[in-house]
Amino acid sequence: MKPVYLDNNATTQVAPEVLEVMLPYFDKLYGNPSSMHSFGGQVMQEIRKAREQLAALLGASTQEIIFTSCGTESDNAAIRSALASCPDKKHIVTSRVEHPAVRALCAHLATHGYRVTELPVDGEGRLDMQQYARALSPDTAIVSLMWANNETGVIFPIEQAAQMARERNILFHTDAVQAVGKIPINLADTPIDMLSLSGHKLHAPKGIGVLYVRKGTKFSPFLVGGHQERGRRGGTEATPSIIGMGVAAELAQKKMDIENSYVKALRDRLENTILNTVANTKVNGDRENRLPNTTNISFEFVEGEGILLMMDEFGICASSGSACTSGSLQPSHVLRAMGVPFTMAHGSIRFSLSVYNTDEEIDFVIEKLPPIIDTLRNMSPYWKTGAHLCREA
Amino acid sequence: MWDYTDKVKDHFLNPRNVGEIEDADGVAEVGSIACGDALKFTFKLDENGKIKEAKFKTFGCASAIASASAMTEMIKGMTVEEAAKITNQDIANYLGGLPQEKMHCSVMGREALEQAISNYKGAPVRAEEEKIVCECFGVTEKEIERAIHENRLTTVEEVTNYTKAGGGCETCHPIIQEIIDRTITQMGAAPAERPKLSNLRKIKMIEETLEREIRPALKHDGGDIELVDVVGNRVLVATRGACASCQASDQTLKNFVEAKLRELVWPELVVEEVSA
Repeated sequence: MKPVYLDNNATTQVAPEVLEVMLPYFDKLYGNPSSMHSFGGQVMQEIRKAREQLAALLGASTQEIIFTSCGTESDNAAIRSALASCPDKKHIVTSRVEHPAVRALCAHLATHGYRVTELPVDGEGRLDMQQYARALSPDTAIVSLMWANNETGVIFPIEQAAQMARERNILFHTDAVQAVGKIPINLADTPIDMLSLSGHKLHAPKGIGVLYVRKGTKFSPFLVGGHQERGRRGGTEATPSIIGMGVAAELAQKKMDIENSYVKALRDRLENTILNTVANTKVNGDRENRLPNTTNISFEFVEGEGILLMMDEFGICASSGSACTSGSLQPSHVLRAMGVPFTMAHGSIRFSLSVYNTDEEIDFVIEKLPPIIDTLRNMSPYWKTGAHLCREA
Repeated sequence: MWDYTDKVKDHFLNPRNVGEIEDADGVAEVGSIACGDALKFTFKLDENGKIKEAKFKTFGCASAIASASAMTEMIKGMTVEEAAKITNQDIANYLGGLPQEKMHCSVMGREALEQAISNYKGAPVRAEEEKIVCECFGVTEKEIERAIHENRLTTVEEVTNYTKAGGGCETCHPIIQEIIDRTITQMGAAPAERPKLSNLRKIKMIEETLEREIRPALKHDGGDIELVDVVGNRVLVATRGACASCQASDQTLKNFVEAKLRELVWPELVVEEVSA
C-alpha cells in the first residue's frame, strides 16, 4: 500500500533530485573537505556551492550560514550563544507554543539562573504584540520566537517582533524550521539576528540543519572542535547531507509558488470539505496568517489516536495533538495555550501537505475520513449529549 | 507509534459489544473527557444470575476501546461474583499485553466493571446531581469545596494546583472564585482544625501515593524509588534504576517526590535519600 503522506510537518520525503546529487559523496567522492589533497578538496567546492544555495534561499550571505546537525542543534546553539555573549543579562523571552527544541531548553535554563517569559497566545494562536513589547527589558538577553507553528501553521509577525527587539538592542532568534521553503523569507531586509532551519522538513535528509547568524553578531560555538564552519561549529562536515541540503534549498526556492498556489489549494479543499461534511469540527489557529500546507482540525468527542490508527489502515499518515499520542496525560501544549477545550483538543488532527501530494490523494482522504469519525463517535459516550449541547449553544 | 498486539488492534478495529443496554442491571461511568478517556459500561443478567449481555461506549485511544471491548467479552456468562474477580492485568493479558504507558486503559475497564457491580448491588451511578465546574478536567463543585476547606485555599491558582480545576480553558475561573468566596465565608472565623494523622495511616498514605503518583512517573524515565522508613515527618527513601545514577535525582526528590507527598499526604513531610 502506497502511503498517502499528509504529515510533512513531521518530516518530508527526500526529493529525488536531492538524493541523486548526494549519492556520489558516499562512495566515490568520500574525501574530507578539509584535506590538502585535491580528492578531498573538490568536495569543499560543492559545500561552498551548497552554502551559496542556502544563502540565496534566505537572502543571506554565505558567511552567515552555519551547517549543523538538525533544527534542535541550531536552536540550542543560537540561544546559548546569545546568553554567552551577554553574560550580564539573565532574561529570555519566548512563547508558550514553541517547539520543544526551544521550550525545553528555556525550561532548563530557567533552573540555571535565567528568568524566562513565555508569551501567551490568543484563541487563534496569535501573539499580543503589546504584551510582547512590555516583556522586553534591559535585562533581556534574547528573544526566541518561532516563525510558523508546527502544529497549527500559524505565522507570527516575526519581522515586526525582530524590529522591536532591535530597537531595544536585544538579540533576536527565530526557529523557522516550518516556515523556510513555505513562505518567502529575505533576511537581508529584516533585523533578525539568528534563524534555525532543518533539512528534513524541506525534502533534504534527516540529520542536517542550518543556523543563520547575521554578520557582526557575536557568536560563541555550541560544538567546540575543529576549524570547520570557520570555527563556529566543530565536526567534520556531513558532506552528502550538506550538498543535498543545498539542492533542497534551490528546489524550495523554485517551488515556493507551487507551495502557495497548488499545495494551498489542495489544503483548502481538504479542509473545507471536511468542515462541510463532518459535524462538530473546527480549525485550530488563525486561518488568515497560516502556512499554505497545514491544517489542524478538531473533531469533537473523539480521540485523536483512534482517528490516526483507523486512517493508518488506509495508509493515510497524519498526526494528532491528543494526549494519548504524545504519551502524556495532557493534550498538545500548543492547543492548551490557545485555550482549545479538551473536548476539542483530544480530537485534533494535523494534516500537513507537500508539493508531492495529488488531487487523488485528497479525494481519498475526503472519502475515507468521515466514516471513521462516524464510527468513533458512535462508540463515544459523549457524542449524543455533546452534539445536543453544541446545537443549543 | 505504540507497539500494540494484533489482539489489541483487532479489538480496536472491530470492537465487540459497542452500545448501551437500556434496562441494564448494572451501570458505570468512569473517566472524563479531560483525561482523554472515558467509559460508559452497562450489563444485564439472565434468570440464572449470569451476565447475559455487556455493552460499552468509550471515548479514548485504541487501547481504551480495546480494553473495554475485551472486558465485555470476558465477563459474558460469568456470575457477578466471578466477574468481580477480574483484574486489570487479566484484561491486559486477554489482549496479549498493553504498552506500559497504556495500562491505565485496562485499569479503566476494571474500574467500570467494579463500579457497575456496586451499582447492581445498590450504589448510585456516578452521582448525577454533582455539578461539574471545570469541564476540561471534570472537577465537581464538591471536590473544589473540599479542597478549599481542607487546604484553606484562597486563590483560583491554588485551586488549580490542588484540583486541576481551571487548568484548561480557564472559562470556569469566575465560578471557582465564587466558590472560594462562598466557602471561605462559610468557614467563618473559626479555622477548621487540621485533622490528625496517625502514624500508621500516614505510612499507608505515603505508600499509596508513591505507588500511584510517583513510581509510574519515575519508571517512565527508567528510574524507581523505594520507601525505606518513616520517622516522624522524615520520609526515608532509596532510589533505584536510572534515578540512582542520575545527577538530577536530588531535584526530583525535592521538587517532585516531596512536593507530591506534601500535597497529597501531609504538608510537613521531608524526603531524605538513604542508601539501602
